[in-house]
Amino acid sequence: MGRKLLLDKAHIEGIRYYDTYRSNGGYAAAEKALKTLGPDGVLDEVKKSGLRGRGGAGFPTGLKWSFIAKPEGVPRYLVCNADESEPGTFKDRYLMEFIPHLLIEGLLISSFALGANSCYIYIRGEYAWIPDILEQAIAEAKNKGWLGKNIQGTGFDLEIYVQRGAGAYICGEETALIESLEGKRGNPRIKPPFPAVKGLWQSPTVVNNVETLAAVVPIINIGGDEYIKYGTGKSTGTKLISACGNINKPGVYEIEMNISVEEFIYSDEYCGGIKNNKRLKACIPGGSSVPVLPANLLLKTAKGETRMMTYESLADGGFATGSMLGSGGFIVMDEDQCIVRNTLTFARFYHHESCGQCSPCREGTGWMKKVLQNIEYGKGKMSDIDLLWDIQRKIEGNTICPLGDAAAWPVAAAIRHFRDEFEWHVANPQESQTRNFGLAHYADPLPAPTPAAV
Amino acid sequence: MLPASTKDIKMAEEIKLFKVKIDNISVEVEPGTTILNAARKIGGEVVPPAMCYYSKLQGSGGKCRTCLVKVSKGSDADPRPMPKLVASCRTTVMDGMEVANITSPEVLDARKGVVEFLLLNHPLDCPVCDQAGECHLQDLSYEHGADSTRYEFKRRTFDKVDLGDHIKLHMTRCILCYRCVYTADQLTEKREHGILGRGDASEISTYISQSLDNDFIGNVIDVCPVGALTDQTFRFKNRVWFLKPVDAHRDCENPKCCGKTVLWMRGDEVFRVTARKDKYGEVEAFICDTCRFDKKEAKDWIIEGPRKIERNSVISQGHYVNTVKPKDPLVDVLDGRQPKLLFDIHSESKVNRPDIDLSKINGPAHSDDFKK
Repeated sequence: MGRKLLLDKAHIEGIRYYDTYRSNGGYAAAEKALKTLGPDGVLDEVKKSGLRGRGGAGFPTGLKWSFIAKPEGVPRYLVCNADESEPGTFKDRYLMEFIPHLLIEGLLISSFALGANSCYIYIRGEYAWIPDILEQAIAEAKNKGWLGKNIQGTGFDLEIYVQRGAGAYICGEETALIESLEGKRGNPRIKPPFPAVKGLWQSPTVVNNVETLAAVVPIINIGGDEYIKYGTGKSTGTKLISACGNINKPGVYEIEMNISVEEFIYSDEYCGGIKNNKRLKACIPGGSSVPVLPANLLLKTAKGETRMMTYESLADGGFATGSMLGSGGFIVMDEDQCIVRNTLTFARFYHHESCGQCSPCREGTGWMKKVLQNIEYGKGKMSDIDLLWDIQRKIEGNTICPLGDAAAWPVAAAIRHFRDEFEWHVANPQESQTRNFGLAHYADPLPAPTPAAV
Repeated sequence: MLPASTKDIKMAEEIKLFKVKIDNISVEVEPGTTILNAARKIGGEVVPPAMCYYSKLQGSGGKCRTCLVKVSKGSDADPRPMPKLVASCRTTVMDGMEVANITSPEVLDARKGVVEFLLLNHPLDCPVCDQAGECHLQDLSYEHGADSTRYEFKRRTFDKVDLGDHIKLHMTRCILCYRCVYTADQLTEKREHGILGRGDASEISTYISQSLDNDFIGNVIDVCPVGALTDQTFRFKNRVWFLKPVDAHRDCENPKCCGKTVLWMRGDEVFRVTARKDKYGEVEAFICDTCRFDKKEAKDWIIEGPRKIERNSVISQGHYVNTVKPKDPLVDVLDGRQPKLLFDIHSESKVNRPDIDLSKINGPAHSDDFKK
């Protein structure tokens, strides 16, 4: 059994409510932070822990917090990004639904460290029932003196507000989230200035993912030095992985970042293998926007090492032969899945969710969708594959926010690793409507590199 | 020696200027200047094109991505290059920064891509568009565009909308630069239009079907880089290159209006009134709607003289030799008789039937289509 830090008490009945949470050691970390550590102590512990942002980019949280500007007389804000809209990712939902007090305790400690007296949870509109759970938990915590004025007699004030989004993926981007929170159209802002300097209502703001803020609680409980003993290298601690696709046991798993991808897919503790004893074809290890990997590159890196469930190992080989841990939306595809179809689904999603502010993303995502639609429905041409490659190349890196990159990467990776399947679709338009390309050679062992002829 | 030393003292009082190199041309600018404005200070070919940036509008820019440049050296203090291409209109310069615009193949390639994206859903109806001849998108695609499109799908279209009596919105042509939104925000008392919808379905619109009738709303026509917002009092009246622009002014009653305009004349007829635009297509000062829409008589204005037009503009083809309206030669040809209407072609011709909509006919029109 892997060690757990976030979900270790998730099985306890009634943990959603304050009394059960408190009697199982809840709010001990908040007490420790408020009464003994102080704001700088909390920041030190988080820095020591090596905690990295769990929303996708993996930016060190302690470093992010230390960037926040501290001008006199200007309020600072903490915003919790609960706009979890990435296809394949549903870990934050689990956390908020079952242990809301863990998040609230995390918010309390983080706000205390940052000196923020107002904190916002921006939650996606589709999670219609969760704001009620959170608001109930906030009311309970307020009743018990963990929120409001003069918390536990320490003189620290904090209010937490829950704000529902209207169901736009783009509002998960931190500056678009801030715009939306201000009541404006959810368009990403042009950076700089970064939110740490001018964020919500032009005040210094830190935006963190739900899981990141919840992970602050165990860090304070056990201490940053103990936390780095979990995981491997720079990927410290535990990570929630929302596994889905063709696996026997889909769900949210907390893993310590020291297991291999193979173990995660095939062990009974986690995914329990591929459904119906099919073979693994491909996997998207970190939510829809990260590059898809064929089976042979997923389990072993191009160098022949075992691929681990860590930030570094999954990114090993760059985009040529690697992927990203991303937000932990682990999508497994068996031999019956069609990569072209899957890529079209993603392209359609990004086209639908593009905010339309900058031209490469607004026009390019729709174009990619239409070209992919032609290939998928047997109307494609061979030149379309190169055209797709060219479109994604011209979107990537040229947009205001990372949504352009997120739209370009899945298409790029699908063509890079599964070009044969695209070509088969174009060459056999009739057949491609009735059957799939199948596993083909995508699970074959990689050819051993031959030394160059002298 | 004395003048030199006073000059030295004066120099020391001034703020330290940043040295920037754009395409290997050095320029010194004040801290806080954007790369685009530094390039404009140099002028010429190194100036990146800008479709959405407008120096008179706060917060504009960064959206169209045509002004992308490569920062090959961040600054003297931190010489690392920037990882991505940056929007030059929104990136401020640092001391010692080195920027590559037309010397970087990467930038030119990206710009070509952006132009292709901008033209993807653009109808390219320049022959019937009032903006033709003074359209930024036309210039941009002439300079950076591809020979033909690779887009094989139906382009998105919208219905034309009247935004009040004076402004026509033809959303199909819009490239969503947001300039008109910023103009309405910053010039008029209340903004009634904005962007509705998302992605490539987003559109400039009012909520719901309002008319725009603020004192300064006519300026949205001037800031529009394409033919999406056009002057209803000028639509289809004339091609801009047949008109002679002259500088003119009047004492405007509106205190916020400068009253300095350009009259677009043919003979002694004033076809339209616009604000004065500089070589980057930006207005020098905004004018009020009374000047723009209601003063269409030459006697309303004090004419200063011909407007200087950039040589590369098609408008500079017009020469100011015939400032009087050309005489109609028909009467002379007919020995002084007035021409008489012999018949109306619509009532006589078998094929000119207004009840048949040619655009509804599938394929090219055939004589059979008119027999029904």
